[in-house]
Formats: sequence, C-alpha cells, structure tokens
Amino acid sequence: MIDKTRANVAEAVQEVFDGATLMIGGFGEAGSPIELIHALIDHGASDLTVISNNCGSGEVGLAALLKAGRVSKMICSFPRTANSTVFPDLYRSGRTTLELVPQGTLAERIRAGGAGIAAFYTPTAAGTPLAEGKETRRFHDREYLLEYGLTADFTLIKAKLADTRGNLIYNKTARNFAPIMAMAGKLTIVQAAEIVAPGKIDPETIITPEIFVDRVTHVPNPAHESELVAAGATYP
Amino acid sequence: MTAAEKHIGWSREEMAARVAQDIPDGSYVNLGIGIPELVARFVPEGRELIYHTENGLLNMGPSPKPGEGDPELINAGKRQVTAKPGASYFHQSDSFAMIRGGHLDLCVLGALQVSQAGDLANWSLGGPDDIPAVGGAMDLVAGVKSIFVITQHCTKDGAPKLVESCTYPLTGVRVVNRVYTDLAVIAVTPGGFQLVDLAPGVDFETVQERTGARLLPIRETTSNA
Repeated sequence: MIDKTRANVAEAVQEVFDGATLMIGGFGEAGSPIELIHALIDHGASDLTVISNNCGSGEVGLAALLKAGRVSKMICSFPRTANSTVFPDLYRSGRTTLELVPQGTLAERIRAGGAGIAAFYTPTAAGTPLAEGKETRRFHDREYLLEYGLTADFTLIKAKLADTRGNLIYNKTARNFAPIMAMAGKLTIVQAAEIVAPGKIDPETIITPEIFVDRVTHVPNPAHESELVAAGATYP
Repeated sequence: MTAAEKHIGWSREEMAARVAQDIPDGSYVNLGIGIPELVARFVPEGRELIYHTENGLLNMGPSPKPGEGDPELINAGKRQVTAKPGASYFHQSDSFAMIRGGHLDLCVLGALQVSQAGDLANWSLGGPDDIPAVGGAMDLVAGVKSIFVITQHCTKDGAPKLVESCTYPLTGVRVVNRVYTDLAVIAVTPGGFQLVDLAPGVDFETVQERTGARLLPIRETTSNA
C-alpha cells in the first residue's frame, strides 16, 4: 500500500540538494513549516532559491535559514518585518538577492507552474516600477504584463491533518500558499499535526489531493513563530 | 503651521467614519493595514459589510478576546482576527482571483501620494537602501472595482499628498476613485480632483492651498465618481 510517511522531519527533507529551488508555505507565521525548515538547516543544503511570501521573523524558521547563509535568492512579495533584520542585512550586503513579486502575481505564477501553464498576462503592476523589462500587451484597451509560471524542486508546507497517502486539510488562514505550492513542487514535503489512515478523511473535505504530495511527516505540536520570537528563541 | 491650524479638520476616527458612510450595504470590502482598518468600527447601524483579507479569509471578524486567538487565524497585517458566521478560508490563488477578477466592490488604502489622474503611490519611498516590499497592494488597485484612499491631506512636513503627478514609485495607474483626508472628500474625475465634501470649519481655499494640483469646486448635485 502506498505510504508517503517518513519517520521524522530529518528523513523528510534528506533529498534536498545544494542549489535547489524551494517553495515554502506560509503567510507570516500562519502555515510556516518551522520544523521542516529547522530540519533543513540541520541537513545543510545551501545556495538555495526560496519562493515564499515573506522572509520570516526573529531568528527562527525561514529567518534562521536565511541567517545561516543558505539562501542565495528570495522570490517574495513582502520581505520586511517589524521584528527582524536578518533579510535586510543580507540584502544590503548583497549576500541574498531579491525578486520582488506582487502577492497575487506570485500566487498565480505558482498556480500556473503547478498547472502546466507557461505564462499568463496580468494587469497587476502595469505602469509601475515592477513592470520594468517585462513584455506587455494590450487587451480590451488595458495594459497587461506577461508573467511566467514558477515551479520548484521541493515544496515545504504545513497541514493540520493528512492521511498516509498525502491527502491534506489545513488550519484556517494557514492554508494560504500551501495548496498551490503543493502543485508546483516536484517533490512536496508536508509536516502534519495529525496523520490518519486513508479513508478517515471525508473526501468532500480534502483540500489538497494526494497526487500533489510526496512526503508526509508527523509534527504533533508545531511551534508558533510569534511565540518563539517572543521567547527570544534562535535556531540552531 | 500654527497650533490653531493643526486642529482644523477631521480626526482619524472621523475620517474613517466619513469613509464608512459612503460604503453601500452588502459590499465586499478589503481594508488596508493601518487607518483603513478603522473604517470597520464606524459602519452605520443596519448596514452589513463583508470583509475580505487577502491572506485567505472572507467574512473576517474583529480581533479575538485575549487568550482566544489562533496564531493561524490572522489578517493581511499579520494580526490575529476572528471568523464570523458564514466565513470561508481559501488559498492565495483563489483570494487574488477575487481581487483581480473584480469580485470585490471596494478597497480602502493608505497613500503616500495620489495624482489628479488617480495614480497611486503607496508601497515604496524609492530610497536606494529601502527594502522593497509590495504585498497585495498592486493586485488590489488593479482589480477591485472602487479604490478609496484614506490619508492625511499633507505629509508631516506640510507637503501636499494630492499632486499633479506622483514622484514616488507607483502602485497603480489611474486607479483611485476617491480620497478621504482630514480636510475634505475629493473625487478623482476625468477633469481632475473634484471637491465632494468639506470637514467642518474648512473652506475650499484652504483645501486648494494644501493640494498640489487644481481642485474643482463642489458641484450642485455631486454624483458618485
């Protein structure tokens, strides 16, 4: 029987290689797969390109991965946070480059990548500095920008509930980028707070079907980034 | 500016209330972070607005009671919120389909500058050392049916924020419908900025003096822009 579970987060991320492109779920702390990210820091992969909406906070999770010097490029919509200087320091010193993408364009590029769409036209950002160098075309007397689909070697996301085949349900606004990133990652790795046998999740309620998921590992009580930051935690 | 002049016009709360007065019952609304969020507190009795937050929630409710929040139930400002009866969660591609696809009626945003053509600058000061960050602002102005801006009329240094053309990096071109400031309500029309309403004790000349572009006077029968 198909079983995508792995014994722990270390095993779940062991295939990540140097130079890989990763999509990492989360909007702020909601949906951020902190335990998988920490396992990736332990694993040691470097020269990563990371696609994620933000750049983490404090010095845990995604901010810790950046701080550890593993990320050469970020593709995101909002890299600033009130309580972290990790990304700003890396950006200003030129150690991590940034491709800034409007949030909806980022989402649609990920969806397109996962859905086999090479590129699409969007009105977002037309006439702004973020349109510079982009191909434009007019439809119905309005200017649109050509934007390309995004895919990744690996996707790291967090779910509330999974079955052993990788069918997923998320928690509230932690869903955010996870379903589309699961589609766009060649190898999608999930940390789930609860894992059940196939058939235990009502098929009507499944948000991400198993076909988009490759590895599932159990993280029963995932840490909340804001609580770690408030406690002054760092990783490693 | 003298001390007496500082006190003319609407307070932040009164500005928010003035915006709320103009939002029709049943509107699907996205409120930006900061002053725009205040609008929800002043919705007139008997009117229901449905709040969208672009990180993936429709029918967003107010902040939770202390100790009752969930770090994974947050708004676009990354603050904890609640979900009202009838709420739904969705992923980012669906959320921005609502925005870009024209399904939201109204968005209220802050501004650095608004031009007389309705161009908006609100995401970057354009400094060489700034960390650029845009979030969903460009998608919202590109797709939501009506864009209301709520902002102080002038910067802290007294420079006009309503200008002939923006000098800060643009968020969108010809996107703003109305501007609500501490001094006035101003519509963006094909002819430029048109006064719609004045704060108590403020006259046309005062507003014109503090606006960096020509201001058209209030029309006898002011229609919605």
